[in-house]
Amino acid sequence: MIGSIDWTALSVFLFFFVLVTVMGFIASRWKAADDHAKLEEWGLGGRQFGVWITWFLVGGDFYTAYTVIAVPALVYAVGAYGFFALPYTIIVYPFIFLVMPKLWKVAHASGHVTAADVVHGMYGSRALELVVAITGLIATMPYIALQLVGMQAVISAMGLTGEFPIIAAFLILALYTYSAGLRAPALIAFVKDIMIYVVVLVAVVLVPMVLGGYGAVFHAADLAFQAKGGATGLTLQPQQMLPYATLALGSALAAFMYPHTLTGVFAAQSADTIRKNAILLPAYTVLLGLIALLGYMAHAAGVKVTSPTDVVPVLFKTLFPSWFAGFAFAAIGIGALVPAAVMSIGASNLFTRNVWKAYVNPAVTDAGEAQVAKIVSLVVKVGALACIIFLPTKFAIDLQLLGGLWILQTFPAVVFGLFTRWFRAGALLAGWAVGIGGGSFIVFSDGLVPVHRMILGGESYTIYVGLLALAANLVVAAGGTLLLNVVSPRRTARA
Amino acid sequence: MRFLLLLPFIGLLWVPFYNERLPELFGFPFFYWYQLAWVPLTSLLTFVVYKATKE
Repeated sequence: MIGSIDWTALSVFLFFFVLVTVMGFIASRWKAADDHAKLEEWGLGGRQFGVWITWFLVGGDFYTAYTVIAVPALVYAVGAYGFFALPYTIIVYPFIFLVMPKLWKVAHASGHVTAADVVHGMYGSRALELVVAITGLIATMPYIALQLVGMQAVISAMGLTGEFPIIAAFLILALYTYSAGLRAPALIAFVKDIMIYVVVLVAVVLVPMVLGGYGAVFHAADLAFQAKGGATGLTLQPQQMLPYATLALGSALAAFMYPHTLTGVFAAQSADTIRKNAILLPAYTVLLGLIALLGYMAHAAGVKVTSPTDVVPVLFKTLFPSWFAGFAFAAIGIGALVPAAVMSIGASNLFTRNVWKAYVNPAVTDAGEAQVAKIVSLVVKVGALACIIFLPTKFAIDLQLLGGLWILQTFPAVVFGLFTRWFRAGALLAGWAVGIGGGSFIVFSDGLVPVHRMILGGESYTIYVGLLALAANLVVAAGGTLLLNVVSPRRTARA
Repeated sequence: MRFLLLLPFIGLLWVPFYNERLPELFGFPFFYWYQLAWVPLTSLLTFVVYKATKE
């Protein structure tokens, strides 16, 4: 649909792609330890990343390529409602500041590499460990697939069609992740994040100049929404306010339960590194807010698209010279590689520690663990690739929506134990099951939408399903603990 | 001091408070600049808590 190949843009894109590929392979020697064959080395980069490396890595990993494509696409389509990503990525940081240093300390003290390791360490329950691990694995798969969607959007904008480019890009990524582990995305994140900052700063200065200022941008978007009938607009409709707030809160609580974000946390050098990052990482949220505005700029620039994922690529092509469009597409394309690499590493760590070592080969050596994880990282990426090539994109998007709900149900098991030992493993397990089962049921019966409408006392309330499921999860976990304390009192209580 | 970290939750999750167009700032309706303003503010509050609770 986009026409012939744009050679200038493509050349710039390929230059940066080759650059990060070389960096990816060199990364295996970056800050390498003498004893390289350990999961802590491959899967956490040696647990030595300081404030700045962590800042680039977590920033590059949390604000993904799919975000850059999907958030403006949503804002373009629904206006203010699409901005819930902004409060979400603000309130997540006080949460990180209070919780993640504690999690890091527990993990560091016992050599834990995954959230499920930490859960097993706190509760001694193999079952609870397994459900946390499986939830993480399943929630991550569609997330990796969506990075491919982001990459595909920019590749096709340059006129390349077919699946070959995306397969080639992903195979190269798979190879250097295999050899360098977390060091590869950590090093590449520097390039990716700086490129994204450049693109967004240029866009937010240049685009309004071309389009007549921010007042004109908001005005054009306002007119476009009015023309569509005014169901959405520059501010929220009264019935959109509760979904907006609950989506923001639920997403913020879920964000750092994912294996890829936690991998960034575990790989930090110290608890203080994480605290400082909770102060510094919001810089990316400013960026995200500006990226979201691209959706309105697209209205002002008269961009019309058939598929929402084309909003950003078409806007860049319309407003930028070819070479800078190529630079911007490279930023987004590389922006897909960093999170995809960290996600596959996080998933591999989970499989290796909490499935392979726990059930298949408990006597596995340190070197054996690293080897299993490397192979799993390949399998995970091929799986995500197959998912995008053979299944409709909507499948990955729906699964990602459910993944957010699912990962949120691991919150009580992962977080509560850091503050209190009151909850019992069996009760947390039951809470998890009720949250996952009930939440999935609601989402499926509502036709795969993230919010659910309820009638309470004659008033209608629309709330993010993930939070409803979490509430049910908490009630069951607390009730179950009370029950278990009566049925089988703790051994320590008797002593 | 940690209670300061509750402020972003209150300021951003109580949507009716800021779901307005006016006053505008640099062409941005209130809804947008208000939420963007919470980014540096949250950073600052976290910094204050960090300094006050440093181990």
